Amino acid sequence: MLNTGDILETIKMIQEENLDIRTTTMGISLLDCIDSDADRACEKIYEKMMRKAENLVKTGEDIEKEYGIPIINKRISVTPIAIVSAASGEPVKYARTLQRVAEGTGVNYIGGYSALVHKGFSAGDKELIESIPEALAETTNVCSSVNVGSTKAGINMDAVSMMGKIIREASEKTKNDHCFGAAKIVVFCNAPEDNPFMAGAFHGVGEYDCEINVGVSGPGVVRAALEKHPDANISEIADVIKKTAFKITRMGQLVGTEASRRLRVPFGIVDLSLAPTPAVGDSVAHILEEIGLESCGAHGTTACLAMLNDAVKKGGVMASSHVGGLSGAFIPVSEDAGMIDAVNRGSLSLEKLEAMTAVCSVGLDMIVVPGDTPADTLSAIIADEAAIGMVNSKTTAVRVIPAIGMKEGETLEFGGLFGSGPVMPVSRFSSSKFISRGGRIPAPLQSLKN
Amino acid sequence: MRAVVAVIGKDTVGILAKVSGICAEYKANVMDVTQTIMQDLFAMTMMIEISRLTTDYIDFAEKLKAAGTEMGLQIHVMHEDIFNSMHKI
Repeated sequence: MLNTGDILETIKMIQEENLDIRTTTMGISLLDCIDSDADRACEKIYEKMMRKAENLVKTGEDIEKEYGIPIINKRISVTPIAIVSAASGEPVKYARTLQRVAEGTGVNYIGGYSALVHKGFSAGDKELIESIPEALAETTNVCSSVNVGSTKAGINMDAVSMMGKIIREASEKTKNDHCFGAAKIVVFCNAPEDNPFMAGAFHGVGEYDCEINVGVSGPGVVRAALEKHPDANISEIADVIKKTAFKITRMGQLVGTEASRRLRVPFGIVDLSLAPTPAVGDSVAHILEEIGLESCGAHGTTACLAMLNDAVKKGGVMASSHVGGLSGAFIPVSEDAGMIDAVNRGSLSLEKLEAMTAVCSVGLDMIVVPGDTPADTLSAIIADEAAIGMVNSKTTAVRVIPAIGMKEGETLEFGGLFGSGPVMPVSRFSSSKFISRGGRIPAPLQSLKN
Repeated sequence: MRAVVAVIGKDTVGILAKVSGICAEYKANVMDVTQTIMQDLFAMTMMIEISRLTTDYIDFAEKLKAAGTEMGLQIHVMHEDIFNSMHKI
C-alpha cells in the first residue's frame, strides 16, 4: 500500500506548487513528403501530420484526467522545413500548411520552420531564413529556429548577420501584435534535435519517423522543497534538488511511455527541465533567491544556477530511460515572475544573464530590448551567445524581442505563458564592423582547456 | 486497474460512508483505506479496484469530486501508477 504522506505530497505538488507536464510533443519526420511541386508536398505534409497527430490532443487530455497530472501543452515538431522545401522553393506555403495542421489537430504550436546552417547554407536555407518574418506574421501557431553554430563546425557569421535583421523584421511585421513574431524565433548554437520545447523544437533527421518527447516542469516544487531546509549547507541543498528532480522526472517518464503506448509511436526522450511560467510560485529566480540571494542577478547567481542545473540533471537522469532535449533550468525573463521582478529592481542585467547562460540549459531567452536596437547589435548578441555554446560544448540559444516603438523602462505585454518583459538596455556601442565582415568563426580546440 | 482516492478537508461525520457509498454504487471495490486526522484536517486515502466499474472512469472521478465539493472536501481520484512511479524505484 502506498504511504498516505507520499500521496498527499504528490497532490500538494500538483495543487499548490504548480507541478505539471509542460509539454507532450510529437516529432514527425516530413522527409517522405518532399516533392518538387510545393503544393503537392504541402498536401502530403497535411495528410501525414493529420494522420499521425489526429489523437495527440485527446490522448493528452485522457492521460491528464486519468492520472490527475496537468499536461499543459500538446505540440508537434517537424523536420526542418528548409530541408523539405529545398526541392520546391516557396517555403511560406509550408508555413501555411503547418498552420492548417495546428488548427486541425488542436495543438498550440508547431515547431520546425527551421534551417540548420552552422557551417554554411545549402539549397533552400537562405530562402527559408529570408521568409521567416513573413511566415511568422502570416501564421499564429508556427515557430521557427535557426542553428548558426556548433562546437564541431564553428559559427556561421553570415547566418548570424542575417538573423539580426530577420529578428528585427519579424518584430516590425508584428508590431501591432506585441512584436510576437520575434518571440517565435530561436537562434541556436548546438541545437538539440529532439527538443520538445517551443519555440526551438524541430525534429532532427536522425530521429524516428514519429515519436513522443516530453518536457517536464516544476520550479515551484523545487523551491517549496528548499524552503523546508532553511539551514542546510549547499551539499544538502544539492541533494534535496536531486531528489525532487527525480520525482518530477519520473512523472514525465510515466506520461511519455503512456502517451507513446496509446498513440502507438516510439517514446523519444524526457527533457529534464525546470521551465518557469509567470504564475506565482513557478519561478526559477525564486529558487535562486531561496538558496540565499537577496535578488536574482546578485553576485553568486551564476554559482547557484550552476549547482541547480547540475543537480536537476543528476536527479533526473536516473528517473528516465532516455534523456535529451535541452535538459536543465530555463531562465527566460518574461516567463518568470522572479526574473521580471529582478530586472525591474535593477539586480539583473543582460550581461549577468549572459554569464548565467554559460552554466544553464539554454540561453538568452524571452528578453525584450529597446525598439531602436540595430540589427547588427542583435547579431552581435547572437554571436556572443553562440560563442559560449560553441566553446563549452553546450546548447545556447537567443530569443530576443526588439519592442518596436518602446524604450528602456517600458514593458511589453505578451500574456499567457509568455508573460511580460521589461525592456532591458543593450550596449550603446556599435558592433557593425565585426558583423559586416561575415565568414566563419573556426571550430574551437577541444583540448588544452583552460 | 487500481486507482487512489484521496480525500482532504475538514473532518465531519459520514465522510467514509459517503465516499464508500459512491464506490459501491458504481462497483468500485475498496481494497484498502487509511485515514488520519492531522490537527483539524481530515486526510483519507483509499485504494480501489475499478476494472468492473459500471460507468466510465472519468465520469466516476467527476462524481466523487462533486460529492466532495458538496461536503466541503477535496477529492482526487488518480491512477495508482502516478504515485508508484514517483515514490518507488
